[in-house]
Amino acid sequence: MSLPARIVTVVVAFLAVVGGAIFVLAHYLLSNPVTVNFTEGHAPGQPVSMTIMTDPVNDVSSHPDWVSYFAKSPQTGQWVHSTIWELPAHTRINVTAYEFDTCDPLRNQFNGEVRGTIGDVMTVSGEAQGVNGPGISVVNSNTTCGVAHTFSAPELGINVPFEGVLYTAKNQCTLGPCAMSFTHVTTTFSFVTPGPGEYRWQCFIPCGLASVDGNGHAMSTIGFMTGYLDVVA
Amino acid sequence: MAAAAEPGAPPARSAGPNHGLRIFLWWLPAALAADLVIWFIWGPHLPPGAMSNSAASQQFDLRVLAVTGAPVLLGVLIFAGYAMITWRVRADDDEDGPPIEGNAKVQASWIAISSAIVLFLAAFGTYQLIAPAGAGAGEGPQPIWKPDGKPLLVQVIAQQWQFTYRYPQYGGMETTQLELPVGEPVQFDVTSLDVIHDFWAYQLGVKADANPQVNNVAYTTPEHTGEVTVRCDELCGLWHGAMYDYGQVVSVAAFQAWAHQTEVSMAKVTKTLPAFALIYTPNEIKGLASFFYQAGLPGAGGGYYGNQYYPNEP
Repeated sequence: MSLPARIVTVVVAFLAVVGGAIFVLAHYLLSNPVTVNFTEGHAPGQPVSMTIMTDPVNDVSSHPDWVSYFAKSPQTGQWVHSTIWELPAHTRINVTAYEFDTCDPLRNQFNGEVRGTIGDVMTVSGEAQGVNGPGISVVNSNTTCGVAHTFSAPELGINVPFEGVLYTAKNQCTLGPCAMSFTHVTTTFSFVTPGPGEYRWQCFIPCGLASVDGNGHAMSTIGFMTGYLDVVA
Repeated sequence: MAAAAEPGAPPARSAGPNHGLRIFLWWLPAALAADLVIWFIWGPHLPPGAMSNSAASQQFDLRVLAVTGAPVLLGVLIFAGYAMITWRVRADDDEDGPPIEGNAKVQASWIAISSAIVLFLAAFGTYQLIAPAGAGAGEGPQPIWKPDGKPLLVQVIAQQWQFTYRYPQYGGMETTQLELPVGEPVQFDVTSLDVIHDFWAYQLGVKADANPQVNNVAYTTPEHTGEVTVRCDELCGLWHGAMYDYGQVVSVAAFQAWAHQTEVSMAKVTKTLPAFALIYTPNEIKGLASFFYQAGLPGAGGGYYGNQYYPNEP
């Protein structure tokens, strides 16, 4: 091989390695789901309405069998596959959560308590079960199909267990984001955002399938069962 | 009349300055000054502070180590500096240096001093590990060194990704907040519900691994009120870096008031908790997942609750 050919080969190989490294870095390490913006058009002092859902499946990622959160974009009204939510600081957030997944026991039943919400309660509409009525403060996941997922932000002291859909329920969701026609449970609660900052949140149900004691996969991947609240001034 | 030098014998050394004495005279005041600065000025600020007896003990250990090590370090540095200045090559000096020969006195002194320092530190370290009831470290499920008196029991339950604290002497209540009374011995029973974590209450000088199915006991006695930072110190997954919280050491009266108030306010969730135990095995807790067990239904959890609950899971 001639000298110019060898130089070209080395340069091409070098660029391929560097390009591959940059691709891996950008694609796997730096990529994040889009941020769902709940601050745009928000009038100071007014509450923000946030609508989210938890689904047993999703049809918008490379892991369709992973459980996942979705958030409804206030701008488009479309469900967005993201767990990064931008919220205004020091503002009341009224959350409506549609839960389509079946239930599992909590690893620590302590997280069956509603904490950090206004009044330390949530309201369950009971579209699927309706056994507890409004103003629920504790859900026992050990003896009933109590909890499917939680919305928990330990740094903020927030913990909200979402009651699950019975395994025996008919018309369970098989296509995420789930249509409202599928069996689901509606939970509402409110909380007040703190000052500006990024606050992680997660689900405390070990719903990450057969990985790391249930805490792998969706539980450890931003965009599925964990993310952060991007609170801005 | 002096005898003439034997042919071929090494040249006799000329009587020069006493380098050893010179080095010693440089080293002595420097070492004294360094030790005084370390002990009286730097020492009180060494981590982890003096909020508890175990923290104060660790700070004392660091002071002793620093005071012991500083003279050694200064001796090496001063010798090196002296050698570079005194025995440097002169501009017009092309001769070889004198041959290095053994010096039994220096060698014996070096070995004796090194041995004394190392043996002292070994004995001191062992004593310091035992005397303050384990020095705040996890002693395993059957601790050898215990404090006097009846300690306040605080169970530390780690899971991905938070610590919770259970107080068996207050109805078995569980909280997200570590609250401790000043002046009373505390026994931490540290365990985990999933992977390996590490309970590190920095200002208290307490650090104990949190292993699933293991009760790791550590002791301390808070001696000052204030805020305590608790961190996980074992890489445990995605939110390891966010697995921290803040606790408080308060007066005994304030602690009693907090404990009784919390016991009442947490009563509803306390009823749903498993009975207090030193370790928790979720698939052995009475009532856990009975819904799934009775129905023989599949679910998530990765077999954590036992395959009998999840026959369809791999």
